[in-house]
Amino acid sequence: MTQLALVIDLNVCVGCHACVTSCKEWNTAGAAGPMGDQNPYGADPTGTFFNRVQTFEVGEFPNTETVHFPKSCLHCEEPPCVPVCPTGASYKRKEDGIVLVDYDKCIGCKYCSWACPYGARELDEQQQVMKKCTLCVDRIYDMSMDEADRKPSCVKACPTSARLFGDIHDPESVVSVAIRESGGYALMPEWGTHPANHYLPRRKTRIKIHEDELERADNPLKVDRQLPKPAMSEPTLDDVTTW
Amino acid sequence: MHPAFSVIFLTTFIGAAQGLFLALFTAQSYAAFKLLPQPDSQAFYGWGSLLALALLALGLGASFFHLGHPERAWRTATKWRTSWLSREVIVLPAFMGVVFLYGLAHWLDWHPVLVTLPSGLPVDPTAVLGVVGTVLAFALFVCTAMIYACLKFLAEWHSPLTVANYILLGSASGFTLAAAFAALAAPELVGFLAGWAAIITALGLISRAASLFRNARLKPKSSLRTAIGVKHPRIVQKAQGFMGGSFNTREFFHGRTVAVLRVVKWGFLMGVFVVPLLLLGFGLRGSAEVLSLAFAVQYSGLLAERWFFFAQANHPQNLYYQSIA
Ligand code: SF4
Ligand code: SF4
Repeated sequence: MTQLALVIDLNVCVGCHACVTSCKEWNTAGAAGPMGDQNPYGADPTGTFFNRVQTFEVGEFPNTETVHFPKSCLHCEEPPCVPVCPTGASYKRKEDGIVLVDYDKCIGCKYCSWACPYGARELDEQQQVMKKCTLCVDRIYDMSMDEADRKPSCVKACPTSARLFGDIHDPESVVSVAIRESGGYALMPEWGTHPANHYLPRRKTRIKIHEDELERADNPLKVDRQLPKPAMSEPTLDDVTTW
Repeated sequence: MHPAFSVIFLTTFIGAAQGLFLALFTAQSYAAFKLLPQPDSQAFYGWGSLLALALLALGLGASFFHLGHPERAWRTATKWRTSWLSREVIVLPAFMGVVFLYGLAHWLDWHPVLVTLPSGLPVDPTAVLGVVGTVLAFALFVCTAMIYACLKFLAEWHSPLTVANYILLGSASGFTLAAAFAALAAPELVGFLAGWAAIITALGLISRAASLFRNARLKPKSSLRTAIGVKHPRIVQKAQGFMGGSFNTREFFHGRTVAVLRVVKWGFLMGVFVVPLLLLGFGLRGSAEVLSLAFAVQYSGLLAERWFFFAQANHPQNLYYQSIA
């Protein structure tokens, strides 16, 4: 079994929205029709996107941290959005686990969007059908592209390589290794949706310096104070002074 | 959630129609056992079924306004194995068909005895259709309610009380309508129907109050911590990724103040339960005006109740849409 997914590294995402724009650019030009915008140059522009980047502030000043949070369909392994669809327009592919909407079958009843706890689905106001991330199903199998290009558009666009793509059921894939070794986690695990997409947490690089790494602890002369003890600022000499 | 008027009208219209049909067949059953006088077949059952059919058609019409592609609506009948919405779409027209046949059989006074029960009770087509219609009416209530009750992360809806409320509130409005209708078409049944309407309304008050009580004490399972996976008690959203709104900000927020919600809540408690109960009491003596008023008030109250039902449900996706920029 294959389950394709994205792994998003919150530690390196800088919130530049490059994935958002490249996603829109690729998918609005795709075979499935445009992703409609309303009022794009007016006061209240709105439109359909598969991918959004949000920003959260964690903690209280001065101990705050900014978390940029890219958000798209997580291609859940137990997708609650699929069984509720009355038409079968929403489905999960057996072969690779991608959750898709058939825009020719969808009646725009919005029920699936109610059944997704993550708000990952958006109704296209222009086409009146439900839209969501396709994991660029029309790129990743396109043999006319270079192999390096057979990746979701967002992954290609990310300047910090915060987005990894692969099969989370293959234990040796880059995504499985990242999840396993860098603390990958799922969103809202409380609903049992088993999202395929995972997130890597913010990480801090810390080194623990012990006192005996600054002060010589193994100097036997220190014990009996046979030698003079110089000031901290003075140069030290092993076995000559006590530091 | 953002209450959609198409769905509010759909659920209240068909609820009243189902209740009206149940009232008609309840009266017929009582009359069959000679517990009630037999009303005029055409005037009461015939016209009554037509009234129920008209309400069902209104509800069905309203539902189309909810769809982005109504012309593809036939496709909704395909996933009945998994989707309550699909099941509703199948049961609704089936119920309409049975109500039509039931009304037609009464209209034509078609009462050939099909079988005779051991107790000597003759069974005619209207009895068979009535039983089938009753089953379908309850099935339709369950389907409609389960569309909401099956969504487990909408905690306000995810409860057997949702099913109880849809059954009781729909039946209450249907019996009230039946009482008002009987005041014109079969005055001898008014007391019976108005009495049942009052009883079901009172039961509805109990179950709706229970769900209000339950919902006021819900603790949300999801929080920003689980939504973005950062373990910290203080997380605030600084940007949701756009400034002009999106489907997510339109579909899942009602955009009213807490005060408005409170007014609507007390409004529907008065309109669905208290006032109709008083009017039904006055109407027991058979005044068509009072009973019609009771139905009008109760139906308007149900519109408010349904609005509140949607508005009160708090979707976990809202956690991601707390602040614009
Ligand atoms: S994230 Fe939402 S839309 Fe995507 S598969 Fe999961 S439940 Fe369905
Ligand atoms: S909006 Fe479309 S995909 Fe979603 S449940 Fe309705 S028919 Fe299915």
